[in-house]
Amino acid sequence: MTTDLADGAAAAVTRDRGRATAGSRPPGRLRRALSTHWYAWAMCAPVVIVTAVLVGYPLLRGVYLSLTDATEANMGRTIGMNVIPASYEFVGLRNYADILTSAEFASRLGWTVVWTVVCVACHFGLGLGLAMLLNRPMRLRAFYRVMLVLPWAVPSFVSAFIWRYLLNGDYGVVNAMLRAAGLPGIAWLDDPFWAKVSVIVVNVWLGVPFMMLALLGGLQAIPRELHEAAEVDGATPWQRFRHITLPGLRPVSSTVILLGTIWTFNQFPVIFLVTRGGPGGSTEILVTYAYRLAFEGIRDYAGSAAWGMVILALLVVLAAVYRRALHRQGEVW
Amino acid sequence: MAAVPTASATPARPAGAHARPPYGRFRRSPLASAALHLTLIAASLAAVFPVVWLILTSIKPRNAWQSTTVELFSDPTLDNYVQVLTETSFLRWLANSLLVSALTTVIAVIIAASTGYAVSRFRFPGFRSIMWMLLVTQMFPVAILIVPIYNLMAGLGLINRLPGLVIAYLTSAVPFCAWMMKGYFDSVPVSIDEAGRLDGLTPFGTFWRLILPLSKPGLAVAAFYAFITAWAEVAYATAFMTGDDKYTLAVGLAQFVGQHKAEWGLLTASAVLIAVPAAVVFLLVQRHLVTGLTAGATKS
Repeated sequence: MTTDLADGAAAAVTRDRGRATAGSRPPGRLRRALSTHWYAWAMCAPVVIVTAVLVGYPLLRGVYLSLTDATEANMGRTIGMNVIPASYEFVGLRNYADILTSAEFASRLGWTVVWTVVCVACHFGLGLGLAMLLNRPMRLRAFYRVMLVLPWAVPSFVSAFIWRYLLNGDYGVVNAMLRAAGLPGIAWLDDPFWAKVSVIVVNVWLGVPFMMLALLGGLQAIPRELHEAAEVDGATPWQRFRHITLPGLRPVSSTVILLGTIWTFNQFPVIFLVTRGGPGGSTEILVTYAYRLAFEGIRDYAGSAAWGMVILALLVVLAAVYRRALHRQGEVW
Repeated sequence: MAAVPTASATPARPAGAHARPPYGRFRRSPLASAALHLTLIAASLAAVFPVVWLILTSIKPRNAWQSTTVELFSDPTLDNYVQVLTETSFLRWLANSLLVSALTTVIAVIIAASTGYAVSRFRFPGFRSIMWMLLVTQMFPVAILIVPIYNLMAGLGLINRLPGLVIAYLTSAVPFCAWMMKGYFDSVPVSIDEAGRLDGLTPFGTFWRLILPLSKPGLAVAAFYAFITAWAEVAYATAFMTGDDKYTLAVGLAQFVGQHKAEWGLLTASAVLIAVPAAVVFLLVQRHLVTGLTAGATKS
């Protein structure tokens, strides 16, 4: 973008010089573009510059790091007056080859996909169900609404801590209630399977209110007359849901499902604070795994950067799918 | 688009239900009515219980969290709160969190506003690449940039300092704010711009004098999201902040229940101190939040 602008300016200058000798010619393409678009370009400049410096440059550096064997030991650093030079070396695609052929990658990716799909499906299903219940005229509706929105109102890291306490194997209230009902307690956070169930439950609890509110807004935008007309024509409740409610919700639901997918895929705090990825790494998703590589034990910067790039590639595919969906809705860019 | 906020605003008043002509399910049987309310009560309990239990635990004596039986109350006391406020760095962490979040929000909104307007109104060479860039960068998970940013910050001596954290947060807050504001500007009628241009305003003048004042709700929503995102951020804060006096709340709270000690009494008290004001503010403004986020999707 900025280079476009610079090129345009340079071209405009040459054009001016040319015009002085060649007399009046229609202005060139670049110059026309510059005079029509310079406002737009100038207004975009702050974000483009900030993104280039804060995202673009680190991203390139991340790509470079991922092609080296940089770790905490050979990174180079300054201690007082002594500068220890970096001594890591370029190793080509070795980190990527290691990742893609490792069993770790297959199992992390598998669990991340399961985690994302199950969480988003529960968010959407429960959110839609509650939104449809709340969309009916009844007593106490405003009260129910406030109660149901509460999980969204609590900061997510606080919720993660609350749940870690509730699910505590010895002192947690969930097990206390199970025991009071005569059932054995469950090692919620210490058993690989139940730890997975636990983090999904926590994330579903966190995410349903947003879906519910968004879908409630969508439901209320569907004209009432459509339902009335369908009812007069003898449509069953299921037919009305299938042919009026769901199509009417499509613009909202496609947006919130995409947002929910990205948020869940990137959901760091829930996993990191509830189970810390454990037990034995069983609840570790791609994002928390890459983080742990870089900041725990002997810090493997190169490996973590390579994991980050692999995750980025997965997300770009997701974004391309989203853009195609936007195209179908007529939003063209 | 203008229809959506009104549509979501009307039905929240239960009284409105009587004014509106009933249709279909309104005449529901007592059995269906009971089922409806029971379902909603069960869902509400599931939503509220963890928070209620948090508050109940926080007012128990310091070691009562180690009880293995279910007790709603046991010797209510404010000991945990007193200890959190006087013997821990809680207030320091709170100040750090507020400062970092507020700085991130203000800088991000200022940088992003004009771009949001430009991509909402103009079609220009580079438009598609900018939209693509905004979409992809706000999807970036922490794992992609955290290593290079950490190393760059270490080179600049900004590790364990608040400005380093603000810079890290801006990487996601700036594109996010630009994207949200585009959505809001899209809902402001273009005829206002045209009227401004006819009266001789420049494109920037139109944006600054006409559209920006009209878009305060949109700016507020974007700012609010940027704020709570920075407020609840865990990964960068955990990696960058290494000194007790520099922690943000998310990092500080984790110290109460770390590897070697578990002070759930302190944790629950500080969680209440954070969550209750946050929840009150949030419930007051939440009606605007969803409309803000899905504005692009619901415009007609």
